[in-house]
Amino acid sequence: MDENTIKWSIDVDGCNFDTAGVASQSTKFKLKQLGLDNELSRRVAIAMYEGEINMVIHANGGVAEVEVFSDKIMVVLKDTGKGIADISLAMQEGYSTATEDIRDLGFGAGMGLPNMKRYSDNMEIITKVGEGTTVIMTFYMGNQSQQT
Amino acid sequence: MKIDKSFCAVSIDKDKCKGCINCMKRCPTEAIRVRDGKAVIDYNRCVSCGECIRICQSKAKYATYDTMEMINDYKYKVALAAPSLLGQFPNISDPSIITNALKNIGFDDVFEVARGADLVSKLTQQRLNQADCPKPLISTACPVCVELILIRFHELTDNLIDVLPPLEISAKLAREEAIKKTGLNSSDIGVFFISPCPAKMASTKTGFYTEDCNVDGVISMSEVCLKLMHVQQNDVIIDQPIKASNLGVAWATSGGEVSNLSVGSFLAADGIENVVAVLKELESGKLKYIDYVELNACPGGCVGGVFNIENPFVSKSKIHTIRKYAMAGKKNTNDSINKISSFYKRNDEWKPINVFKLDEDFQVAFNKLQQVEQLVKELPGIDCGTCGAPSCRAFAEDVANGVVDISLCTRKEKK
Repeated sequence: MDENTIKWSIDVDGCNFDTAGVASQSTKFKLKQLGLDNELSRRVAIAMYEGEINMVIHANGGVAEVEVFSDKIMVVLKDTGKGIADISLAMQEGYSTATEDIRDLGFGAGMGLPNMKRYSDNMEIITKVGEGTTVIMTFYMGNQSQQT
Repeated sequence: MKIDKSFCAVSIDKDKCKGCINCMKRCPTEAIRVRDGKAVIDYNRCVSCGECIRICQSKAKYATYDTMEMINDYKYKVALAAPSLLGQFPNISDPSIITNALKNIGFDDVFEVARGADLVSKLTQQRLNQADCPKPLISTACPVCVELILIRFHELTDNLIDVLPPLEISAKLAREEAIKKTGLNSSDIGVFFISPCPAKMASTKTGFYTEDCNVDGVISMSEVCLKLMHVQQNDVIIDQPIKASNLGVAWATSGGEVSNLSVGSFLAADGIENVVAVLKELESGKLKYIDYVELNACPGGCVGGVFNIENPFVSKSKIHTIRKYAMAGKKNTNDSINKISSFYKRNDEWKPINVFKLDEDFQVAFNKLQQVEQLVKELPGIDCGTCGAPSCRAFAEDVANGVVDISLCTRKEKK
């Protein structure tokens, strides 16, 4: 680990939609403390929130790790859930394996991963069926062109 | 427009303050610290919500307001009566008795803020019907909630409605009516708000909503109520029946504002903690399906303001009764939107401010946050408040900012 970074991690509770958002909210607050512009902290928070929801729906929770560098922010979302069988399918807007029950709650629209990709500057997915998924998102400071 | 922090409505009486940590724990923006046994307020963070006044057992917190004597500086004195005023008195058959009784204690005329509320309801509905209306649209009637959004929930700034709140519109109209009626110069007319809360005091003094604020003074509801108590019902000449609708009066209580709107879905939250919780949900984007959000920092709505003399729930009950019986037929206001739209609107965009920034310089802020994260790991994490900060994290921030020394934590080694 680079010595000069700030790192924190937050557990994402698996069975609770209500607490999903806690990790992204506290992260957003810390980015504000750094004085980073609203647009950047907003992108990080939205992408992270989508990730949190994914972890609640599909993986029974996990850990969100954030590392702030002098020029970028890296968000690593780790879970030990069922993994993603087909990443390209999962990246398609509207595709979801969420159950009817979850959809009734207003989640599982199939926009999670696509939105995470849209709001981050770079996204990498490491996954293995049956073992879990790790999503690594990078956000560059001073890069405002990526947001939509 | 920047938020002007030169005036704050809440102050501390150092002699009375015992240095307990109740207010510090309660403050929604972590603006209070206890230093050398006395509470101190960071006014950059204070949103004038009055929570600390409400919780203080030693009565060491007080709100600043203008005195009744101030009205004598003006030739013609107009009282702006907040709708919550109607909930402060024992059984009254006719709410006009209360508004007209204001003339017995020195005012020349009375303008009901509920009339302004009626207009704001209409203007809000118009805005909601427009295609470019942000969703959810958020009410700006409670200055505490607006300021909370501006300092803590920046992303919701664009959701705030651009219409002026009932108080400001009422003040404008009251002044116009008074000039028309008396022929006096505007400077001879004093417009005074009878306020349920210190936040409205702060908002008028700092030009929070509009630099061209028409309120000359803010008098506390409790002072006016005590004076009105001495007025005998028989002495009151009712020459001006209530002009607002019963829906305008409903704005005194939580849920009253949204009940005037025809929208697909709305949400009304009251009490500062609930408001913060709802704002968090809103900011995360979970509540996009909601059309309109009403927020009141005080429990029960404006009837819960710290200047009220009656319990908010009793007050709510009284207002309900007045609306249902005394004002049963008054479903519509006599006032209409007959001015150009800029009359009712803010002429400025809301601008968020970041009061939580650790430093203006990114590298300095970075180093400080790094230190905070490290300290938080070392601190006990019990948020006991003994150090004078509301949480271990807030304490770590104070240490990183060089305000206090780490040795103030008495529980650190016991982890």
